Amino acid sequence: MNQQVRTAELSIAAQAAAQKQAGMGGAKVRARDVNVFYGDKQALKNVSVDIPARAVTAFIGPSGCGKSTFLRCMNRMNDTISGARVSGQITIDDEDIYDPRLDVVQLRARVGMVFQKPNPFPKSIYENVAYGPRIHGLASSRADLDEIVMSSLEKAGLLKEVQDRLHESGTGLSGGQQQRLCIARAIAVSPEVILMDEPCSALDPIATAKIEELIDELRENYCIIIVTHSMQQAARVSQRTAFFHLGELIEEGDTDEIFTNPRNRRTQDYITGRYG
Amino acid sequence: MSDVNAPSAPASAAGSNHWHSAAHQKRLRRRYAADRRLRFLGLGAIGLAIGLLGILIASLVYTGYLAFAQTRVELEFHIDPALVKADDVRGGNFRSITRQALLMNFPEVTNRRQQTQLAKLLSPGAEWIVRDRVVANPDLIGRTFKMLVPVADPYDQLNKGILPRDVPESQRRLDDQAIGWFDSLDQRGLVHTTFASELFVNADSRFPEMAGLAGAIAGSFLTLLVCLVLSFPLGIAAAVYLEEFAPKNRLTALIEVNINNLAAVPSIVFGLLGLAVFLGFFGLPRSAPLVGGMVLSLMTLPTIIIATRATLKSVPPSIREAALGIGASKHQVILHHVLPLAMPGILTGTIIGLAQALGETAPLLLIGMNAFIPSIESIGLLEPATALPTQIYSWADSPERGFVARTSAAILVLLGFLIAMNAVAIYLRQKFERTWS
Repeated sequence: MNQQVRTAELSIAAQAAAQKQAGMGGAKVRARDVNVFYGDKQALKNVSVDIPARAVTAFIGPSGCGKSTFLRCMNRMNDTISGARVSGQITIDDEDIYDPRLDVVQLRARVGMVFQKPNPFPKSIYENVAYGPRIHGLASSRADLDEIVMSSLEKAGLLKEVQDRLHESGTGLSGGQQQRLCIARAIAVSPEVILMDEPCSALDPIATAKIEELIDELRENYCIIIVTHSMQQAARVSQRTAFFHLGELIEEGDTDEIFTNPRNRRTQDYITGRYG
Repeated sequence: MSDVNAPSAPASAAGSNHWHSAAHQKRLRRRYAADRRLRFLGLGAIGLAIGLLGILIASLVYTGYLAFAQTRVELEFHIDPALVKADDVRGGNFRSITRQALLMNFPEVTNRRQQTQLAKLLSPGAEWIVRDRVVANPDLIGRTFKMLVPVADPYDQLNKGILPRDVPESQRRLDDQAIGWFDSLDQRGLVHTTFASELFVNADSRFPEMAGLAGAIAGSFLTLLVCLVLSFPLGIAAAVYLEEFAPKNRLTALIEVNINNLAAVPSIVFGLLGLAVFLGFFGLPRSAPLVGGMVLSLMTLPTIIIATRATLKSVPPSIREAALGIGASKHQVILHHVLPLAMPGILTGTIIGLAQALGETAPLLLIGMNAFIPSIESIGLLEPATALPTQIYSWADSPERGFVARTSAAILVLLGFLIAMNAVAIYLRQKFERTWS
């Protein structure tokens, strides 16, 4: 009974959202009744959500609520965890990404990912960015590759800082620079969607501000989904917010509305700091 | 900390008094004493280990260093064209030439029996040394030249002071006359003690002064080469499969347990296996480095697999995720990122495995790799060979007095190789170890 009511609520919300999303380029990613199990444990329960193409969508919620799990469904990183099982449907541009005929490697090139801890390869800055284009055959010549590397570093706002040490190790950069290098590496393969899993949680406030600024710029060209523990960050960078709790999607809508006028009691409790 | 707090239920009432009470001071002293005891216990253990190692090395050096020196006499050789023909230098009568060269120094010895006794002063290898010199340089035929040739083992021992002069003649290996001959040469300044290059240049010999390690070193090298070629790729492939591809189920758990068990199997069992399977079933040649390498790689494989798996495990998952996240396929993740990062660890494991294999004796004895190899020209993968540890075993078993020092010297050489290999392993680990945040 309760379940039905919520589903009805959600579908109304989804319709309302769909109208608003027109300004954000329509829905890029659609999830319908997504369930994720790790062995016997259900980590995600019947999540349905539409994610707009030209906007930043933030997933918030207390630890263990399933937001990272859901994020990892969208580039099928959960496939690499043994015992993980996903049911339901996720489409990107109306293409089912769990279709057995779909190539996971290509999917991951289209859906880039930035991780919680900056994880550059222990190679040069240039090689870090060039690796993706190289394995996917995106550059036909050395000059092409240089061009891709430079423009990716430029877009990630890192070029000025590393211009004259492109061939030094990427692990020698500061934490914030490393994270921007990882963003440059992700955008070098021209993804359509960029998933960010708490990208600032290991960074100081100044580096965080730079990344947030960058996310705001990237929104013009990419569909960005960010998982964050910081409510302020969600409020600052996102246009849409989804609140997860205990594996369920509790509420989803425009960021302004979620933060000023949450419909659900639990959302309110969370954003006012009563738990989590 | 907790036991300090435990009896202090009234401590809040006692306040700072508790921390200054006599009972607390006593407890504090006891704690410091216990800390010191633990430290000294550890120091003692390490001291004991280093001391024992020192004693071992010192005793080896003490008995072995003499083998690095060789007593030689300087003689004048006349290559009589009647004894050595230019068209068959190798077949020349060098025994007679060598004998003449020595007898020339003792014109007073005319008795044939005494002359034969006197000739025993030189090593039986002396004539071959002269022969090899003339073979290499045929112009010497008809000419006279001076050259150092080794003396026989008892005289070598005498010169090095191992053979005592002050025991009754009947209990000595050399009688007074023989010692007199040697001393007379010594007085004339013809006796020299020089570096025993034979130890490294020659292959095995029945005469200690001519016996060398070249054959054993070559045999060990070929054996280890086979072992490396077999176990390095197989070990890495097996480890990569088990670590990166294999599903975690009962079967792979069983395989894992058994690989760990294999590493603990006594080496002689692998020797028996090699004897039964490689020699018995497949009919491969006995005593061959190929078979030796195959048997040793059975022993090295578990070591390499375990070391490789450990290093693969230690590659941070963030690197795999990073590569997967930009769409690298499984083989790209492994070949481009994981293996290069794991390489220093893999190399270290491999070198340590090979160092173990280098010292392994029992399996080689079982497949007959303790052949008597008098010439390094016969070395080949399928030819009978010997290896360093089995050479040590054979020498330790030889009755001649000179082999005692030779054995210790060979052990020192083997230890030298082991230390060198471990040093390379440490160097590689230091050089290629990368840090990642």
